[in-house]
Amino acid sequence: MWYRAVAAGSFRRYATYRTATVAGVFTNTVFGFIVAYTYIALWTERPHLGGYGRPEALTFVWTAQALLAASALLYGGGIDELQERIRSGDIAVDLCRPADLQLWWLAADLGRAAFQLIGRGVVPLAVGALCFPLALPGDALTWLTFLFSVALGVVVGFALRYLVALASFWLLDGSGLALISGLACMFFSGMVLPLRAFPGALAEVAQLLPWAAILQVPVDVLIGTRTGGSLLRGLAFQAAWGVALLALGRLVQAAATRKVVVQGG
Amino acid sequence: MASGTAGAERMRHPGRTGRAAAVAHGLRAYGLIVRMWIRSTLAYRTSFVMMAVGDLAATGLDFVAILLMFSQIDALGGFSLPEVAFLYGTSSLSLGLADLLLGSIERIGRRVRDGTLDTLLLRPVPVFAQVAADRFALRRLGRVSQAVLVLGWSLTELEVDWTAGRVLLVPLMALCGTAIFGAVFTAGAAFQFWAQDAAEVQNSFTYGGNALLQYPPTVFAKDLVRGVTFVIPLAFVNWLPALRLLGHPDPLGLPGWVDFLGPAVAALMCAGAGLAWRYGLRAYRSTGS
Repeated sequence: MWYRAVAAGSFRRYATYRTATVAGVFTNTVFGFIVAYTYIALWTERPHLGGYGRPEALTFVWTAQALLAASALLYGGGIDELQERIRSGDIAVDLCRPADLQLWWLAADLGRAAFQLIGRGVVPLAVGALCFPLALPGDALTWLTFLFSVALGVVVGFALRYLVALASFWLLDGSGLALISGLACMFFSGMVLPLRAFPGALAEVAQLLPWAAILQVPVDVLIGTRTGGSLLRGLAFQAAWGVALLALGRLVQAAATRKVVVQGG
Repeated sequence: MASGTAGAERMRHPGRTGRAAAVAHGLRAYGLIVRMWIRSTLAYRTSFVMMAVGDLAATGLDFVAILLMFSQIDALGGFSLPEVAFLYGTSSLSLGLADLLLGSIERIGRRVRDGTLDTLLLRPVPVFAQVAADRFALRRLGRVSQAVLVLGWSLTELEVDWTAGRVLLVPLMALCGTAIFGAVFTAGAAFQFWAQDAAEVQNSFTYGGNALLQYPPTVFAKDLVRGVTFVIPLAFVNWLPALRLLGHPDPLGLPGWVDFLGPAVAALMCAGAGLAWRYGLRAYRSTGS
């Protein structure tokens, strides 16, 4: 299978930079400590903010740091690479390949996320669990469901970034749009503050947007806020956004490739 | 031409013609490179404005998080919103200025890796001035202006008896804070001579330090506060002087005069970072190809 090779290649590519991975883990862990203490202060003032107790809030902090790289919550995810290929015209080569453009990049992104989940995710979460009382599940099934939910979140995040990158077919400089979309992801994923802890109606609205599928839903699965029907609704919510955004990506891709004129050389 | 040769001559023999002349020469070169990059930035004016506004919005999200928190609470760790905004403003302003002036230095790892540092070594200008000014990013004014806005707002809201000494303390804090963060940037860059791929570790102390200093010290575990007071003395950027200014007790119970050590700590850190930089530069071995 084409795409499996692409994913495996992408995994190995990110695995090459070991020092950078260690440096990233260190930084994620430092930030985990800083944010954890601010959340402890916040949840001391408001003990049941957003329906979370202190262990749940702390689990949110450390899971967010663990998923930061894998789910590309702040930056990354190879989006600028695709953007640059579109800008430079190298995309023409990609379009000639006997593989679908969207699935090719999705496979590469899944390979990247798989490495970063292991390389950048395990240590911060383990350090967090050692130093703070976290609400981590004891049964394997919840962990598996969590991983499935993370994977769905990665797909939603990819689908959003892919749309942003495709905009470069029409925009001369896509960096402004990439910046705005990065900010929206940071704010509406819950990276800044858990969406459930947002004030009033903002919490309701934010939990319906696609970015909620990237971090908020997986964390809720992990800490057991979502079980039974609520769990299924959460996963369906993620899958629905994933399918809708990927479908939209295909439409835009079709329009974009009709527009492409490859200059002969 | 003649003056240029004389300048290079002075660089080679700083002991003979005076260290001050060497520093002046380095600063002049820094100014020239910065001016060149600003002119090149302003050639794409729309792009520049967009990126500066983007930087402002991106750093502003930190403060939005604080505002969201305070929509649910009245005080965090015993500090009111204007007090936290004061901590946020002073820390962010210091980091923003240090980042604007020599933040480009964090790109040194790439130059060490691909060997392009060789080019800089050949020029009759201190390498430090060249890498500090390299790709000078004027858009970093976005963070600075956002910090000034928050700081300005907090100053109007704070209930502080503004004596002349207290008024003077605020710009002094920004100055020392900029120097301290600048030293951290420099030490981090020196570290990259050995660990080129580890550039991100530096973020823990610059951006991470900033994230820490934006919140009151009462929020954090005592050991963490001790660490940023005695090991990497970031607490002197704003925590210690701000505790004094706002009339909060010091969680570590240090003697009162420690609050005024900011300038001394900043000078000491700059000297240490300078030594680390020199040591790192001497250890540089080119790529060999």
